[in-house]
Order: sequence, then structure tokens, then C-alpha cells
Amino acid sequence: MKYMLLIYHDEPSWDAITEAERQQVYLEFRKLRAELSERGQFITGSQLQPISTATSVRVRDGKELVTDGPFAETHEQLGGYFLIEAANLDEATAIAARIPSARTGTVEVRPLVETAAEATA
Amino acid sequence: MAYIEQVFREEYGRIIATLIRVSGSFDLAEEALQEAFVVAVSKWELEGSPDNPGAWLTTVAHRKLLDALRRDRTRTDKQAELTYESSRLQPYVEPELFEDVVEYSDDRLRLIFTCCHPSLTREAQVALTLRTLGGLTTTEIAHAFLVPEATLAQRLVRAKQKIRLAGIPYEIPSLDRIADRLLAVRAVIYLIFNEGYTASAGQSLIRNDLCAEAIRLGRVLCELLPDEPENLGLLALMLLQDSRREARVNEQGELVTLEEQDRSLWNAAEIEEGVNLVQKALRLRRVGSYQLQAAIAAVHAEARAADQTDWRQIVALYEELMRITSSPIVALNHAAAVAMADGCEKGLALIDAIGAGGALQNYYLFHASRADLLRRLHRHDEAVAAYETALSLTTNHVEQKYIRRRLAQRAPPNVL
Repeated sequence: MKYMLLIYHDEPSWDAITEAERQQVYLEFRKLRAELSERGQFITGSQLQPISTATSVRVRDGKELVTDGPFAETHEQLGGYFLIEAANLDEATAIAARIPSARTGTVEVRPLVETAAEATA
Repeated sequence: MAYIEQVFREEYGRIIATLIRVSGSFDLAEEALQEAFVVAVSKWELEGSPDNPGAWLTTVAHRKLLDALRRDRTRTDKQAELTYESSRLQPYVEPELFEDVVEYSDDRLRLIFTCCHPSLTREAQVALTLRTLGGLTTTEIAHAFLVPEATLAQRLVRAKQKIRLAGIPYEIPSLDRIADRLLAVRAVIYLIFNEGYTASAGQSLIRNDLCAEAIRLGRVLCELLPDEPENLGLLALMLLQDSRREARVNEQGELVTLEEQDRSLWNAAEIEEGVNLVQKALRLRRVGSYQLQAAIAAVHAEARAADQTDWRQIVALYEELMRITSSPIVALNHAAAVAMADGCEKGLALIDAIGAGGALQNYYLFHASRADLLRRLHRHDEAVAAYETALSLTTNHVEQKYIRRRLAQRAPPNVL
């Protein structure tokens, strides 16, 4: 099965850490990514630019509305994602638990819709 | 009919667990088993019941399942929807070994862990466990938990859908996770028991069916994982609490406290089994909270009269329990035991210290326990005030009646 791991974190605290700490976290990310790639479980993934760069698009009554950022003021922001292949939810959550941001933020694990049957379920 | 119902209860969990493994679908397994029971009702009536009803039902249900799978396969290629991915579950294969189906291993352990998977809400875990492992109907579960049937049905549908779509595995967790997962399994079973033992609202304090079902599930867990002392502790605790069922509420439907209970009404068989289980669990030398609670219940059970209770031992067991749980409710019970062992003043001092922490201000038993000690110390006005606070905090009719009875005692006898 394919799972999307959506990484939410608190941007201000991420910005507040030292450069050395940041490099340590990046190192952990690279290690996890390499390990998953080796096992054929890494599909894609990336860090995202901060929420201040976000733009929302809505089409209402045929009219395109482009605005700054998402409206909702939430405590944690989407900061990156992994798309992985895992045998089941337990394997996916075990991988999610190894993402460094899981220690300070939240990793949301979502299965992808993979078959036509599921899409209509 | 009564016999079939009994077989149904006893065999449901085991058969459905196997059918789920074979089909990868909770719904298909349920339908197949339902059909098999319908066949059993008409056939057993006419021809008498088979020697091994469980094996008979498994075989018929399995055949029904194969029929359904074949029908489905010929209709469309919906196999992917019906079965778990091959990596998660053995893919369905046309069984040449059809007759061997009765030899199928016990799959209930997988079923328990899937039903109690942490990615499901506790409510969904409870409903799914009772529905699949216990074979209770949606109506029965809805009644037991006082929720509308439609709500419960919806809860079950969502849970089964999540299992399928999110890929919750149908397997026994890996060694590094099994301890954590077992905590959830035991919590679900004990929650079912407690819901039955002390209905959180409503007229009847005890809903026996839920207690019996929780004990049955506890037995299954011990049968499957007998070397896990906390499993034994949980079963022992439930048996020992259940042994007091008849004595716990009087003919007027009022709550009777442990010290006032008629001990001749206690269930001796359950006490004996419970005490033996506690001893067996403690010999495994991995103490845990269920074992300690069961040990406390065992000390009570072994006292022939309330004034023969070994309160010192109970205090010691609560102290052990406080070391591993740090729950204010445990501290409250400890204080009540200290009051019995060392006098009401010492107990009250401990209770007031807990109260200063603030955690139990809205807990009716905190005020009721405090009131009981104040009453024994002849501090009547304070006792009345505490009883009134307790009364305002419980919605259970039986508990309310108990407190009103206490309040009505103008010159309360000093019981001890």
C-alpha cells in the first residue's frame, strides 16, 4: 500500500533552533530517506517552503480566487511530506515515528486511494 | 434454540476470526457465518445437532464464504476490494485442503489485536470487539451502551472501513509492540466489564450481560496468552468483583457497601477461581496494576466478615499500586484503607491532602468517601455537606439512592 506521511510542525520553534541542531535533523531525514530507498519503500518526499509562501486557490461560481496563505490559524503547519510504500498501517506508523518532526510535531499517516473500487467506496 | 444460541456465543469469535483471515473482509465473514447459523437452526432442529457443532459451523460458514467469493469474482474483478493485499494477508486460494478447515489455527488473537488497534477510537474498539469477538448484535451493544442503534451501526461501519482502507494489519503485533497493544486490549475488556458493573447512567447499576461477556473475553485472552501475568490479573479482578454482584445491590435496588454486604451471597466459585488466578499471576513475578487490584479484591474476598479484613495488607497493596500508577483514585482508595487500618483521622488527613491537589473535586466518590469518614468521626454537618456535594455529581440512580439513604440517617450509627 501507498501511504502519504504529512509532516506538521510548529514553524516558530523550528526557526528558533540552532543551525547545528537543524543540520542534525536534516542528517536524520537523509538517513531515513536513504534507508527507505534501499528497501524500495521511498517514492517521493520533500520539505516545503514556510507557510508564509503559501497561496490558496478557490473557484466559486466559475470565478478564480487567489489569496495569501491558508486561512485557518492552526498551531502546526504542513512542513513536508513523504510518500512511501508499506505493507500495512503498522509498518507505515513505524516509519512515521522515525521522522524527526514526530518528536516535536505530528505526522499524519494517510493511505492513498489506489483502486477504482476504493475510490467509490 | 437455546442450545444454538449457546453454541453461537461460544463459537462465534473463533469462527469469524478464521473467516476474516481467509476472506480478508469483516463483512463477508459476518454474512457467511450468519448464513451458516440460519442453516444450523433448520437442520439441527430436524436432524439433531452434530457432535462437534463448532467444526460443523466452521465448515458450513467456510463453504458459504467460498460461494460468496466465487460469485463476487465472476461478477467483477473486485478481488482487490475484498482481500487484504497479499503482503498483509495470505491471498485467498481455492482450498484443496477444504476438509482441513476444521483444523484451522485459532485466529482470535489476530482478531483481538485488530479490533483494539490504536488507530481506532476506544469506542470503536469496544463496539468492534463485542460485535466480532463476542458475537453480540448491533442492537444488543447499542442497548448496553445506551446509544441509538443507528449511531452504533455507523460506528461499526466506519471502523471496518478504516481497517480495510487504512491497511490495519490482521496479525499479531511484533514483539516490540505487543506489550503496548496488550494494554489496549485489556483496557477494552475492562471497560466492557465496568460498563456492565457500574452503568454510568440509568436505572440498573449492573448490566450482567456485559460483565459475563467481559469475563468470557478475559478467559479467551488468558487461554491465548497464559504467560502474561496481567492477563491473569485482569481475569481475576473481574471474577472477584463479579463474585459480589448479588450482594452489591439490595432488594430495593440500593447500593450496599462492601462492609455491609451479606457475604453469604458472594459467589464462592468465582472467588476461588479469582484467588487462584491471582496467586498464579503473582508467581510469574512481573507485577502490574490488574494483579494488584485483583490481590486487593482477593483480600476482601477471603475475609469472612468485614471486621476480619486484613486492612494492613490492603494498605500495603495500595502502596505498591501507587508506585506504579500514580492515579488520584488509587490514592483515594489507599486513604480509605488507611482509615480502616489506622483510624478515620489518618484516613481523612490523606483524603484532604488529595483534595488539596484538586484532581478529584468533581468525582462523586471522593466526596462520598470523605463524607463517610466525617460521619464516622461524628462531624455530622460536614458529613452532610460532603454527601450533598457527592449527590450533585452522580447521575446513577443507584448511587444517588445510596447517598440519600446516608443523608437520611439523622443519627448515623458508628459502624466500626
